[in-house]
Amino acid sequence: MTIETAPKQSWWNRIAHPGQFVAMTQRLLWPLTIITALLFVVGLWFAFFNSPEDYQMGDTVRIMYVHVPSAWLSQFVYAVMAVSALGTLVWRHPMADVSMKAAAPLGATFTVLALFTGSLWGRPTWGTFWEWDGRMTSTLVLLFIYLGIIALWRAFDDQLRAARVIAVFTLVGAVNIPIIKFSVDWWSTLHQPASVFRADGPTMPGSILTPLFVMFFAFTFLFLTLHLKAMHTEVRRRKLMALERQAVQAGVSA
Amino acid sequence: MTGFLAVIGRELHLALRGGGDVLTLVLFFVIIGVVVPFAVGPDQALLARLAPGVVWIAAFLAMLLGLDRLFRADNEDGTLILLRQADLPFAAIVAAKVMAHWLVSALPLIVASPMLAVLLAMDLEAFGRTVLSLLVGTPALAAFGAVGAAITVSIRRGGLIAPVLIAPLCVPVLIFGVGAIATGPGPDQSGPALLFLAALSLMALALAPFAAAFAITSGED
Repeated sequence: MTIETAPKQSWWNRIAHPGQFVAMTQRLLWPLTIITALLFVVGLWFAFFNSPEDYQMGDTVRIMYVHVPSAWLSQFVYAVMAVSALGTLVWRHPMADVSMKAAAPLGATFTVLALFTGSLWGRPTWGTFWEWDGRMTSTLVLLFIYLGIIALWRAFDDQLRAARVIAVFTLVGAVNIPIIKFSVDWWSTLHQPASVFRADGPTMPGSILTPLFVMFFAFTFLFLTLHLKAMHTEVRRRKLMALERQAVQAGVSA
Repeated sequence: MTGFLAVIGRELHLALRGGGDVLTLVLFFVIIGVVVPFAVGPDQALLARLAPGVVWIAAFLAMLLGLDRLFRADNEDGTLILLRQADLPFAAIVAAKVMAHWLVSALPLIVASPMLAVLLAMDLEAFGRTVLSLLVGTPALAAFGAVGAAITVSIRRGGLIAPVLIAPLCVPVLIFGVGAIATGPGPDQSGPALLFLAALSLMALALAPFAAAFAITSGED
């Protein structure tokens, strides 16, 4: 006679439990870290030693290998937050809350990095640190949206309620970002148009494209690693807060 | 429909009988216009060039400041919970509140804008365009503001955080609002800008009540 066991749960349900989530994804953390480190080693070696100087920009073209991936991540992280917001509102998945909260500071950091490297590059190339051009302005507005979301997370005491409300705001922002982008482009444009992903292929030579793509993956994996780690930290922080509450209550009743 | 009008009527009664809130907002709006010449100098030509932007910034700030009263008082005394029991969908009630909010916080500013026009040395044509762009654009500010107010309604000290959240989202309104006045150099694009502004307002008015109502209901335990 075999004892009937409970049906095996899908991974989707299992990671809904914070402890299970940490246990299951703990094993991913080291491989992710190693892949990120390797990609950075290869990417930086390409960027510094194995790519040509630009015939106009000289060595400053190397700033692009940090700038472009950061700018890509500044938008990708918002997409991660928007998908997590859907997860919070539609499926009420507990880990979606955590993912949303953990992504916000990372997104803000990558946006700052994109703006900072962009202005470092702009100074010798355009002759100014800041220009009110379409892409720069919409990235700046994106930064303020990130900062607003972080401020909102800090303003709430109850994190579960905060998650639902912030998910609504994140989705409102997601609808708005294309409108902001369009309006700012309409307002003023100096930045070069899209040159990597185009219907007729990239307009850059392969010698610059290779390090760019490696750095692109390096930064994306860096985000995935940090995001996972930040989610673990957030789970532990909530656990700690719950334990503290229990301890206080036990102290009161004793 | 009667319920919808009743909510608007209630809001208007509260705003008009509740003391000088409306007048204070208008005063704030005018004071910003008065402060600008002290900051940039009383040069008539410069002021006339800056005037459309100044009027828009004044209206923008005044509307952001007035946001907090949209839902907070009703949330504190429990009216919001009662309103959610009504036959009317909650989004419709929020839409009524947004319209009433526009009537008591944006319309008075537009009525008061001739004062700023005189103070900032605007000519009649620029003033007419400014009033038009304010009339078309402020509903979008009210609608976006309602989302911000709804999101922060359950935070005890949410007064400052709603403007910080909403200001970046309002960038398109400012761009097209000032674009519709078009005093700058280059080809005149005020016509398309006004149409985009109208599109923004209509879209925001149509969608924001749902988002705001959803934020309020999901923010409650």
